Amino acid sequence: MLAEWQYIGIFVALSPIFPLAPVVLNRLLGPHRPNPIKQQTYECGIETVGDTWIQFKVQYYIYALVFVVFDIEAVFLFPIAAAYGQLDLFAIGATALFIFLLADGLIYAWSRGVLEWV
Amino acid sequence: MSQQIIFFLLAAITLTSAIVVVTMRNLFHAALALMVSFLGVAGIYILLEAPFLGMAQLLVYIGAISMLIIFAIMMTRRLMQTNETPFNSQVIGSLIGSLLVLAILVLVIGRLYPLAPADAVLQTAPQVDPAVLQSSVARMGRSFVSAEAYVLPFELASVLLLAALVGSIIIAWPRRGEEDNQ
Amino acid sequence: MDILDLLKSLLSLSLGDFIRRTFGTGPGTELLIDIGGVVMLSTFCLLIVIFLIWLTRKLIARMQDRIGPNRVGGRFGLLQTVADVMKLLTKEVIHPSGADWVAFNAAPILIVIAALLVWAVMPFAPGVIGVDLNIGIFYVMAISSASVIVILLAGWGSNNKYALLGAFRAVAQMVSYEVPMILALLVPIILAGTMSTKGIIDAQTIPFIFLAPISALIFYISTLAETGRTPFDLLEAESEIVAGYHIEYGGMKFGMFFLAEFINTLFWAGLFVTIYLGGYRFFGLENWVSADGYPYGRLIGLIVFFAKVFFMYFVFDWVRSTLPRVRVDQILNLNWKFLVPVSLVLLFAVAIVDKLIPTGTNAIVRMVIHLVLNVVIAAATLEILRRRGRQNRLATPGGGSGGAVAVPHDGHDGGHGHGAPQPIEDVPDVLDAPLGAREPVVVPVH
Repeated sequence: MLAEWQYIGIFVALSPIFPLAPVVLNRLLGPHRPNPIKQQTYECGIETVGDTWIQFKVQYYIYALVFVVFDIEAVFLFPIAAAYGQLDLFAIGATALFIFLLADGLIYAWSRGVLEWV
Repeated sequence: MSQQIIFFLLAAITLTSAIVVVTMRNLFHAALALMVSFLGVAGIYILLEAPFLGMAQLLVYIGAISMLIIFAIMMTRRLMQTNETPFNSQVIGSLIGSLLVLAILVLVIGRLYPLAPADAVLQTAPQVDPAVLQSSVARMGRSFVSAEAYVLPFELASVLLLAALVGSIIIAWPRRGEEDNQ
Repeated sequence: MDILDLLKSLLSLSLGDFIRRTFGTGPGTELLIDIGGVVMLSTFCLLIVIFLIWLTRKLIARMQDRIGPNRVGGRFGLLQTVADVMKLLTKEVIHPSGADWVAFNAAPILIVIAALLVWAVMPFAPGVIGVDLNIGIFYVMAISSASVIVILLAGWGSNNKYALLGAFRAVAQMVSYEVPMILALLVPIILAGTMSTKGIIDAQTIPFIFLAPISALIFYISTLAETGRTPFDLLEAESEIVAGYHIEYGGMKFGMFFLAEFINTLFWAGLFVTIYLGGYRFFGLENWVSADGYPYGRLIGLIVFFAKVFFMYFVFDWVRSTLPRVRVDQILNLNWKFLVPVSLVLLFAVAIVDKLIPTGTNAIVRMVIHLVLNVVIAAATLEILRRRGRQNRLATPGGGSGGAVAVPHDGHDGGHGHGAPQPIEDVPDVLDAPLGAREPVVVPVH
């Protein structure tokens, strides 16, 4: 078991080399003559106005919230799907109820107009 | 031996970034450090032969919860610009609180895992059948939905998720007819 | 050390066995094999991208009635990408003012790491796989879900409104499409009874695309959105927010985002092949072992696998050069109001029907039952969409949908409100884009 994850561990340890090499090489090969105009934020060709970290629509947050719920649902459903062959009809019914309750949440969000992008 | 080295490495990463989380003034950087901390915990789960839990940690905590935290930081404009120190000066209260937590932890862990000499622990560490480990995820899935195991908590978790979704929508979403006042 | 042995092992893709034979088994050898495997896999991913970029440019040029690269490196412009890499390597490194150093520099590195890590569970041929985790699919979903954060890092670190807006769009889109992707993937996991990628291939005596075509379609659409390709490329929509989250990046740092996009596209094509098209399977020939014990069948498996992968990659590019970009609201509506409900219903139905089929039933019979189920669900979905479309047309005077013109209003097209490509109305998005915080214009969609 851990022998399998040894591979992943080595992968995690070694993988930064592959993107770092070209970036560092670029740093060495490319010229480096910064000036304030060159470093300006690239927006419309004119100077940027105000703070970048403006307030965003609450909509993004709501989508993230709905996603979190479905994500946790997925964590439960993956092992059940993997065990599917050993389940009886009662277990399938329990899973169906689980999915149904979550679908309920989606229907509620839908009916409240939360999923409407305005 | 190498397992212990990796464990201490992961523990060091987790704890260091956790300290960074609570001391950093820049909230975004604090959130990033929190993610590193989650990553370290995921690594420890894998080291404890619970890779499914480790991946669930990655999926839920880094993929979803951290993002929610960053979104929340960005939604609230004033939080981004604040430069106040994150510390307050309630030294005595925090001292009492942390001592209580320590006492509870020592009690619980001491009850669950009675202390034994280090080499004795190593020798009596239970050897788990590799076949059981290989099929542990399917076993978990089966016990979620079997009548004699955890089917009731499982369904309750679903109800909890539903309640969380509905509740968050009620809190975050303006009621009908109130949109104009926003 | 035996040269002939080495050559035969190379040809039969069993270098690991050769090393074990030569240096003896033990933890040190396994470590060596693992490191070698990681280096080979990563190098392969980086090098194939050079070819993929050339291929994409050629393909799209042909589809748009152009020639494409034809100067550098002979008639076919084979060295065009190499020249581009040289150019990127010698560009000036610009650090925009006000950018967050940590986030700005970490993002291009992390996005490539995430793109590489998922390849660990990709089965190329029998026995040619980084590592066969028993939670393979879950591992892929976890890594790709965690990599979404990197885009937020890039957008936030750039200190640029377009970048941040692009990052927000990207996150909303990728996060949303992960839900139908996961739900669709549960269907093949149910059919195979395992989450291991190799196990799923072994279970496919009949490729799962014949058992679960709707699941395959939903997965395919989700991968399009997940990689941010046309028609879902509005996270880097050039005409609206210039280039999205990587607008401030130049030189090789930009190159890393580009690289990750191509590695990811090839990966999802590969995963589609693995899960739905039977992976490296080729009538049992892939398991052929020669008389002297070298599994030459692996080479056949590898060739079959890559033939399928490049076909899927071609389909990705085909879609890319055919469909126009859709709007933000259409993308999210397509996801939450169409793909998620359909995949929930599908999961529901497959879980119940597959249990009712008695064990030991002929594979063909099982396939037919599943196929009928899929057809029924598809027909029901189309009927519901048709009715809703008709209702909406009756409700809107003038018969138009959201003021869009030239949409044929008959038959199955009733579902166009759910994301079937409409003529692009760029105006609302342009208003939305540069200001970000401003309330966007209300777009009438249902």
